[in-house]
Amino acid sequence: MSVLVLGLGNILLQDEGAGVRLVERLEARYELPPEVEVLDGGTSGMDLIHTIADREALIVCDAVRSDKPPGTLVRIDGEDLPAFFRTRLSPHQLGLSDMLAALALLERVPRRVVLIGIVPLALDLGVDLSPVVDAALDEALPLLVTEIEALGLSLSPRPGPALATA
Amino acid sequence: MTRITIDPITRIEGHLRIDCEVEDGKVTNAWASGQMWRGIETILQGRDPRDAWVFAQRICGVCTTVHAIVSVRAVENALDMEIPLNAQYIRNLIIAAHGVHDHIVHFYHLAALDWVDIVSALSADPAATAKLGQSLSGYRRNSVQEITAIKDKLAAFVGTGQLGVFASGYWGHPAMKLPPEVNLLAAVHYLQALEYQRSANKIVSILGAKTPHIQNLAVGGVANPINPESQSTLTLERLYAVKAEIDKLGEFVNEVLIPDVGAVGALYADWTQYGKGITNYLSVPDLPLDTKGTQFELPGGYIDNGDIASFKPIASHQDAYFRDGVKEGVKHAWYQYEGGDQARHPWEGQTNPKYTDFQDEGKYSWVKSPTFYDKRAQVGPLANVLAMVAAGHEPTKRHTERLLAIASQVAGSQIPVDALHSTIGRIAARAVRAAVLYEALQNQWQLLMDNIAKGDFATYNRPVFPKGEVRGFGFHEAPRGTLSHWAVIEDGKLKNYQAVVPTTWNAGPRDDNDQIGPYEASLLDNPVADPELPLEVLRTVHSFDPCLACAIHMVDEERRPIVRVKAR
Repeated sequence: MSVLVLGLGNILLQDEGAGVRLVERLEARYELPPEVEVLDGGTSGMDLIHTIADREALIVCDAVRSDKPPGTLVRIDGEDLPAFFRTRLSPHQLGLSDMLAALALLERVPRRVVLIGIVPLALDLGVDLSPVVDAALDEALPLLVTEIEALGLSLSPRPGPALATA
Repeated sequence: MTRITIDPITRIEGHLRIDCEVEDGKVTNAWASGQMWRGIETILQGRDPRDAWVFAQRICGVCTTVHAIVSVRAVENALDMEIPLNAQYIRNLIIAAHGVHDHIVHFYHLAALDWVDIVSALSADPAATAKLGQSLSGYRRNSVQEITAIKDKLAAFVGTGQLGVFASGYWGHPAMKLPPEVNLLAAVHYLQALEYQRSANKIVSILGAKTPHIQNLAVGGVANPINPESQSTLTLERLYAVKAEIDKLGEFVNEVLIPDVGAVGALYADWTQYGKGITNYLSVPDLPLDTKGTQFELPGGYIDNGDIASFKPIASHQDAYFRDGVKEGVKHAWYQYEGGDQARHPWEGQTNPKYTDFQDEGKYSWVKSPTFYDKRAQVGPLANVLAMVAAGHEPTKRHTERLLAIASQVAGSQIPVDALHSTIGRIAARAVRAAVLYEALQNQWQLLMDNIAKGDFATYNRPVFPKGEVRGFGFHEAPRGTLSHWAVIEDGKLKNYQAVVPTTWNAGPRDDNDQIGPYEASLLDNPVADPELPLEVLRTVHSFDPCLACAIHMVDEERRPIVRVKAR
């Protein structure tokens, strides 16, 4: 079992970096089993191809453009994904969609791909998340944990004040 | 007259819009417009200069290491620091490996699809394809067996109706002219390139601790402690792992990339007549060989008006000729300068947005217009290769001659060096540079090993920030060309920070004197057979390897088709 939790996005553009912030939060708050690798992929494209190839599961965390309200969480997997990836996903033309298509050609696509998306509010220059997306990430985190647990892996919260609830 | 708007240009990083006026099948006027605001500068103001590189490498997902390295160089320059030799060599290995990676990816995964018809490849005869490959080089994987296997794989893939990576191609376009066998050979190498790029990436990740964002840099050197005996440091074992990856790259660059580019270029020889554009060429020297940055493995400098004899070298990391020549204008860019919009030196630069609509005669781009001594200049592998040839750099001359010889063989007539001032020439120069960088990798690795063998394990000098103001600049010959960062530091904090990136040089809009930029100039007189399918425009724009950086990365849940081509 080899699982990659991949955070994507540009942390210099506030909520655009929500996916990266989410995986950072996962690493900060949970002890992860050795089967799980967490990677801050930034805005990379093809560079990540060999990191993703042949994984049992790929969980992508990314900001998602949508008409739904900011902070909404979106989960896409299974049969929805191929159709989803057929059209260009992002202005990053060599982004995730191309990478997965190239992996399909190489017959090295991860067996299972799940996308956890966060609808952003603020995309201005800055390294801080908007409060609504910041809060949404705390809701996204248990979803992400459930996703990993659904693969038959267990992870335990790290001790410390980070887990205190308001 | 027809006006074409392509928004955005695909297969690139970031968001670029191109507008062309077409008359009688030729481009008569052009505008290049960056559609994304890039304001890293604003984020860095007030920060600790030692941290700047960590933010800088987030400017772009493709050019992470590139911005990191030039950022530490800018701060080191401000402090007039010396950098330990080991640190220079380790950085040089990262630079060269990233360059080879980037050049391979550009040709096979970005540019080739403008020239190679994947669908036509399916009608090729594998035996004839293998024979063709063997006539170009001794590459062991041009076998009938491997070519047949990949052709079958491609056919199955296309048969599913999911073209995936190939979905944005202009298959069957009248400007696609390669015979099926050449198309198949290129498609086979497209897939193999995906394997080889991994080796280049591994070099970066072993030395840089992680990719895509390297962790090992520091203002003053690198954070790779060297101890041949210890497990937790840069050990001999790791250094030999780096060597093994370097060795794998040589075969692909020399036996596949150079012959492919030579052959494709020869079969599109008419494209040596298009895309010339601005022939003032700027590049900087790189891969420093001493602690002060006064000697380099790769030369760089300025060539005026395409005349190699006019070459003026840029000599050191402190070079005043480079330092004093750079300005950025905003007359046609969506910014305003307090105190007047005349072009400014980057140390005096400002990043104040002022958006208007797209105005043909006014402001129309988020990209500024850089000039070198008030002239527009083209940057990139072509500029660098011409400078290295002018400087008498032996490996560059050798690989250039080899590529031109292969092209001449395929074309059946002599292709002169002057053919490089073109759309095809930019692609050819990139292949030459990949071969030069591969040799540099071998050389830098040996230099590092020899230096460690002497007992020198130093990798870091501690920076000391003085009271008051200091100014620095750093430059780097990145895969897309000359990159410079400019830092003003006051009392140990960043007061101003400007990045003048390669795509800014090439994609910049009209300047203070309304002179058009390199992209725009290169599009003039380009043929356009069908304004609805402007493949020819893409060929020339892609030949620069555009990278508009920073970039919104968001996934589009509504599945909108994102690319628009509009002819009116």
